[in-house]
Amino acid sequence: MKTMTSMERVMTALSHQEPDRVPFFHLLTMHGAKELGLSIRDYFSKAGQVIEGQLRLRAKYRHDCFYSLLYGAAEFEAFGGEVIWYEDGPPNSGEPVLKTPADILRLEAPVPEEVPCLRRMLEVISGLKERCGDEVPIIGVAIAPFSLPVMQMGFPAYIELLYEEPELFKRLMAVNQEFCVALANAQFQAGATTVCYFDPLASPDLIPTELYRRTGLLAARHCLNHFNGPPCVHLGSSRCLPVIEELAALGAAAVGVSALEDLAAVKAACKGRITVAGNLNGIAMRRWSAAQAEAEVKKAIAAAAAGGGFILTDNHGEIPWQIKDETLLAISEAVHEWGRYS
Amino acid sequence: MSSAAARSLNFADRLLSLDRLGAEEMLEQAEGRQPLLLIEELIVPALEEIGHRWERGETALAQVYMSSRICEELMARFLPSSSPERLKQPKLGIALLDDYHALGKIIVCAALRASGWDLHDYGRMTAPELAEQVIEDQIGILLVSTLMLRSALQVKELQARLTAAGSQTKIIVGGAPFRFDPELWLEVGADATGNDAAEAVRAVARCMEEFSQ
Repeated sequence: MKTMTSMERVMTALSHQEPDRVPFFHLLTMHGAKELGLSIRDYFSKAGQVIEGQLRLRAKYRHDCFYSLLYGAAEFEAFGGEVIWYEDGPPNSGEPVLKTPADILRLEAPVPEEVPCLRRMLEVISGLKERCGDEVPIIGVAIAPFSLPVMQMGFPAYIELLYEEPELFKRLMAVNQEFCVALANAQFQAGATTVCYFDPLASPDLIPTELYRRTGLLAARHCLNHFNGPPCVHLGSSRCLPVIEELAALGAAAVGVSALEDLAAVKAACKGRITVAGNLNGIAMRRWSAAQAEAEVKKAIAAAAAGGGFILTDNHGEIPWQIKDETLLAISEAVHEWGRYS
Repeated sequence: MSSAAARSLNFADRLLSLDRLGAEEMLEQAEGRQPLLLIEELIVPALEEIGHRWERGETALAQVYMSSRICEELMARFLPSSSPERLKQPKLGIALLDDYHALGKIIVCAALRASGWDLHDYGRMTAPELAEQVIEDQIGILLVSTLMLRSALQVKELQARLTAAGSQTKIIVGGAPFRFDPELWLEVGADATGNDAAEAVRAVARCMEEFSQ
């Protein structure tokens, strides 16, 4: 079989056929700063630097995508939240911005193009698209309206709102849905191949499925119906298998799988319907030797690669800063060695 | 199944279905019993059952949170914070280490209070701030909650500062990084870890035994 481009490889896998080899995504954000010798904060301050970082990372690790996520807290920043920067980890969302019911009632959806950090993200997408055309998929990210309040309000207050304040919850979802759709479509417009709808709270690890079906699932259905391009769904590191039918009905092209799940079982449940993406343990990866990295890659390939419909990646959607280059290279070597289909 | 076990299962069910009145009714039926006995026979087994169900994926974190809050509120009536029966020694502290995600800390805090413990909640602190406070307050057992990996790794610095100051404080860690990497708690020098609130309560009990030896 001739060697495919990354785009051909990923699209073949997404259509549930076997490409030349297993496609793999190193979902790297902060590591671009290392490549450029910059602090994490400085790195994310200019779109050109992130574009250069993504190009260098792909050249080094030979993975099959660009990842245009800057940092998860950017959407919180769009709503006026403070972002806390660290030298050795992802920027974190600071104190919640929605502290009273009145805050929710007067909340308005920001316009992505008018928010500096989101505008930068859109520039990263268009810059990568300009350089690589249709050869490499560009993966965008939009946090689900149902999960964003964990940052906007803090998780405890949000759980209480979910259970006790249905009208305020509805109002919050309306604003967040408007924002989510606008942000996703701005990414598609800029050149994103897919937008990953990041919804950890869809997982029964966090919210009871019966409650999710009448809350977060409705928000997901609304948003994904209004996306101008194909969505993927990711539940962070949380388990997806118990809600796989709900996610399949949303029309997601791919779903992220938790390291806590049996990858083969998720693949069996998804077969022919949704591509599974996972499920290397991004936290435990910190202590992997090259041999262990190879063994983990082989294990995942054995569990899910047959027949296509599989993308090898980490289980969280962002590889921690602490993961060494040697480990990332060992994963890449292993998938190039053991991931060939023919 | 013994009647005590059946009662604690029933209590766990009521908490998880957010049946505050039902849970309260069960406590009222037990009124007159010694609070610490009630905790041992009803509260702790119910919290353990909830923890097991969460581990097995049978209950969600949102339910764990709501049930722990109900449990804490109800037990505050039976065993107020001023009660001499509250477990006060060694001194317990809990903190969120340089992290902004408070849910885990709140759940563990509520579970420990419902289990009869008095504890000092330090909120969110950096490792140097926390070490200084723990030493000043002579905390015997410190529970540390984290969500981010970088925060979990800060426990190393906390432990080093406590050791350098000659502190014997035991550190119990919890949160997602420790769940996804079962060796991490040893690497950062913690004395114990807990994947859920019930495990944290058990870890406190184990540390207590070590103190009394």
